[in-house]
Amino acid sequence: MVRSVTSFGRSGLSDWLVQRVSAVIILAWFMCIGGTLMGGVDYTQWKTIFDGTSMRVFTLLAILSLAAHAWIGMWAVGTDYLTERLMGPRGNVLRLAYQIGCSLVIFVYVIWGIQILWG
Amino acid sequence: MVSIVKDKRPVNLDIGTMRLPITAWASITHRASGVFLFVGTAILMWMLDASLKSPESFAALQECLSGPVAKLVIWAVVSGLIYHSLAGIKHLIMDFGIGETMEGGVMGARIVFALSVVLILIAGAWIW
Ligand code: HEM
Repeated sequence: MVRSVTSFGRSGLSDWLVQRVSAVIILAWFMCIGGTLMGGVDYTQWKTIFDGTSMRVFTLLAILSLAAHAWIGMWAVGTDYLTERLMGPRGNVLRLAYQIGCSLVIFVYVIWGIQILWG
Repeated sequence: MVSIVKDKRPVNLDIGTMRLPITAWASITHRASGVFLFVGTAILMWMLDASLKSPESFAALQECLSGPVAKLVIWAVVSGLIYHSLAGIKHLIMDFGIGETMEGGVMGARIVFALSVVLILIAGAWIW
């Protein structure tokens, strides 16, 4: 069996499931926010929503889901195009650099999110 | 030797030589919108940050978002989100074994494209 150390759960089946569960959570969060914004909010109302523990936890869950979803998704894209087959040995170097870049961005998103919610 | 073997791994289907069916377009746009959203998330996080920091930054954000360029950017990100979500939901439905035939795939792609256009236009109307 081919194993990859850079995939999210080290197994395609696990990644497949995480990709789907995270997608549903992210979608639920965006629909929640979309509904709220369409109703129209001023600063006080908006701030009150995000001062509540449940909304903070839900938002953190959405951000962590996004981190997993994006890791798996960007991995799938990178391992399709930045490959030895398409680019020669250069592909491996580029893919590694790309993966480091993606994980840094994901890391920043998570920290930033925590800071927005609890900073 | 090893690398030579790897370089000659066979490619069964060279899609560069074909006219792509609608299902392929649905797939590649789902991928493109996913990558686009990964970048667009930075804008969304920035907006969430500014909207919650203080009443002043909330007002400044509102001011900023009333500009035509900002509206266009938001519309682009929201459109990406709408298409990616609808195509994603189609994915989930097909994962349950519904519409997995060629006809089902074509139909699903058509529904997703049509619904996306409608929702993206509605989102545009709402933003402006
Ligand atoms: C801002 C949030 C999101 C980002 C950055 C994102 C990013 C991505 C990326 C890069 C991929 C890989 C595409 C590919 O391999 O072709 C992907 C796949 C996927 N996305 Fe998202 N996505 C987001 C939100 C969502 C939402 C809200 C849904 C809702 C249903 C969703 C459903 C899916 C599904 C089902 C897949 C898997 C497709 C497959 O297995 O081929 N995503 N996403």
